[in-house]
Amino acid sequence: MELKEIIKPENLVYRRTPLLTDATLSYCPGCGHGTIHRLIMEVVEEMGIQEDTIGIAPVGCSVLAYDFMDIDCSQAAHGRAPALATGIKRLWPDKYVFTYQGDGDLAAIGTGETIHACNRGENITIFFVNNGIYGMTGGQMAPTTLDGMKSSTSPYGRNSKTMGPPYKITEMIARLEGTYYVTRQSVHKPGPVRKAKKAIRTAFEVQKEKKGLSFIEFVSNCNSGWKMTPNESNIWMEENMFPFYPMGDIKVEGKLLEG
Amino acid sequence: MAKAKGAIEVDVERCKGCEVCMVNCPTDVIEMAGEVNGKGYHYAYMKYPEYCTGCTNCAVVCPDGVITVYRVKQNKSIEV
Amino acid sequence: MKELALMKGNEAIAEAAIRAGVDGYFGYPITPQSEVMEYLTLQKPEERTGMIVLQAESEVASINMLYGAAGTGKKVMTSSSSPGISLMQEGISYIAGAELPCLIVNVVRGGPGLGTIQPSQADYFQSTKGGGHGDYHLIVLAPASVQEMADFVDLAFELAFKYRNPALILSDGLIGQMMEKVELPPQKKRVTEFDQSWVITGKHHGRERNIITSLNLDPDKQYEHNLKLKAKYESMEQDVMFEKIECDDADFLLVAYGSSARICQKTVDLARGRGKKVGLLRPQTLFPFPTAEIARMAKKVKGMMAVELSSGQMVEDVKLAVNGTVPVYHYGMVGGKIHSPDDVLHAMEEKYIGGY
Repeated sequence: MELKEIIKPENLVYRRTPLLTDATLSYCPGCGHGTIHRLIMEVVEEMGIQEDTIGIAPVGCSVLAYDFMDIDCSQAAHGRAPALATGIKRLWPDKYVFTYQGDGDLAAIGTGETIHACNRGENITIFFVNNGIYGMTGGQMAPTTLDGMKSSTSPYGRNSKTMGPPYKITEMIARLEGTYYVTRQSVHKPGPVRKAKKAIRTAFEVQKEKKGLSFIEFVSNCNSGWKMTPNESNIWMEENMFPFYPMGDIKVEGKLLEG
Repeated sequence: MAKAKGAIEVDVERCKGCEVCMVNCPTDVIEMAGEVNGKGYHYAYMKYPEYCTGCTNCAVVCPDGVITVYRVKQNKSIEV
Repeated sequence: MKELALMKGNEAIAEAAIRAGVDGYFGYPITPQSEVMEYLTLQKPEERTGMIVLQAESEVASINMLYGAAGTGKKVMTSSSSPGISLMQEGISYIAGAELPCLIVNVVRGGPGLGTIQPSQADYFQSTKGGGHGDYHLIVLAPASVQEMADFVDLAFELAFKYRNPALILSDGLIGQMMEKVELPPQKKRVTEFDQSWVITGKHHGRERNIITSLNLDPDKQYEHNLKLKAKYESMEQDVMFEKIECDDADFLLVAYGSSARICQKTVDLARGRGKKVGLLRPQTLFPFPTAEIARMAKKVKGMMAVELSSGQMVEDVKLAVNGTVPVYHYGMVGGKIHSPDDVLHAMEEKYIGGY
């Protein structure tokens, strides 16, 4: 069949959501941030909640997330996004409020704010992008950097004995009463992307039904920080990050899934 | 039985040549062009368009959302 | 035999720290100073001198790690940039109140808020007038070259231990990132003797227990403490440092520090080339501020201009020193942009009354 027979408006099955702005993403080629931004905006578009959604951007590679998402946003100090989200959601309980944070933001400097927002069960959604490195500032070690993994502040590999091991904050906050839906996803292949999108939809439904805090960790790549090509980084991620940060639901409808 | 026939359009200037679409295409339609776009990236294109089924895998995995997908149903038999 | 190297300002701080016998560095990444910690981890200082380097979870954690270790008499330091230094203010106030020596390096970036990563000098107030709560001051050193970045580390610790006070090296993104030739200081041994009159290393036989605190619920005690601190800050005057360039016959004085001073050096050349007798006074300590010297210069010049990468902070201290005797102007780029020597010259010509 001729291309011009196929490429017709009535045959359109997928296009970039208009809720992403026209700005070219500032992320490196192959970076999962772009995919995750797109999925969140697709869900907001499908639910028709653009006018009622407020996003909080972190400090990190995604500090400019507000340039790419066509929704009202605030930019938070490093680690403080859950506190901003709390302030907003408490006073605007019918809005959809989410934070979008990296591993340094959420699990290093923001640990206190993360734990307390989760403990209080704020009716918000936390998107946690874990790529085991501090991309924006030049590739330093993160609290989720794997043992032995090289970074600019662990140039000989992370030494868990002197620097502490990586830790799974997602499993920790899942044990707090206030968290209702906790899951770990990835966006490196089509199957996982479709699952991740369903998870994002579930999270926003949890907010709609005022059930508690929803928390999605995306294990993602940082090919620049890890010094690989995008495809190499996705393979490396599957082989190294996934065994330590396993995919799947951790808490559903307020109940921990044991195993 | 319905057979789908698909095609993609790539926003050439927005593509960063990351090649993630290429490895996720189930029928190996996509390659990176020899030319580069305005930013210097080798952009993705359909090298073997005849094998595209319009499955949207490429579009769905693209970090920059540069791919638009079309799909037509061919030779659909109608039950009487 | 001189040991020369070509390095970035940030790297010079790190190398000088190892050589100054620093015991511990606790920090957190932030642009434009992450190279300090990156350089340190790459050098393996635990093998070179036994120095500990730890990436903390935040700047709040870093400054409190400093506060803990400083109480034991060890030489400890951290580095950060403006937003991170803001986070440290509570800890700095505690360290000053408890009278502990330590070094904080601020590689200033544009603000306020998250600002920009470009250089700025808009943390002058924060550094010299407090920043944290209470009546306290930091010893503030202002390097204007990679060499001074290296030299000021050991000097800062000398002063910090002399006065039992936290010291701050107030640098900026330009000095932190630029590369220059530097003569590296010699390796000092790490200290092994600690002043038992105040350190908390364990109550030895024969001495009272030591307590590190800044809490004094009895107002009489707090009053005495504050007076003591005040006297200490006043005595720091003896360690004031500044550089004077072409000031002997100057009839107009530029006052600038750090990267702004480097730029003004060229302005002085340009002005002199046009027959104008301009001089530059470059404070190297911002606290103690060269108040006496500026007051002295005010008797000789017709006017002064404070040139700083801010909307006007140090200019207030120049005005205080001058005490109304001659006009004091301000010029400076803001927002992370850098003024050029020509910019400064034009501003000077434009602003100076008396037809300069």
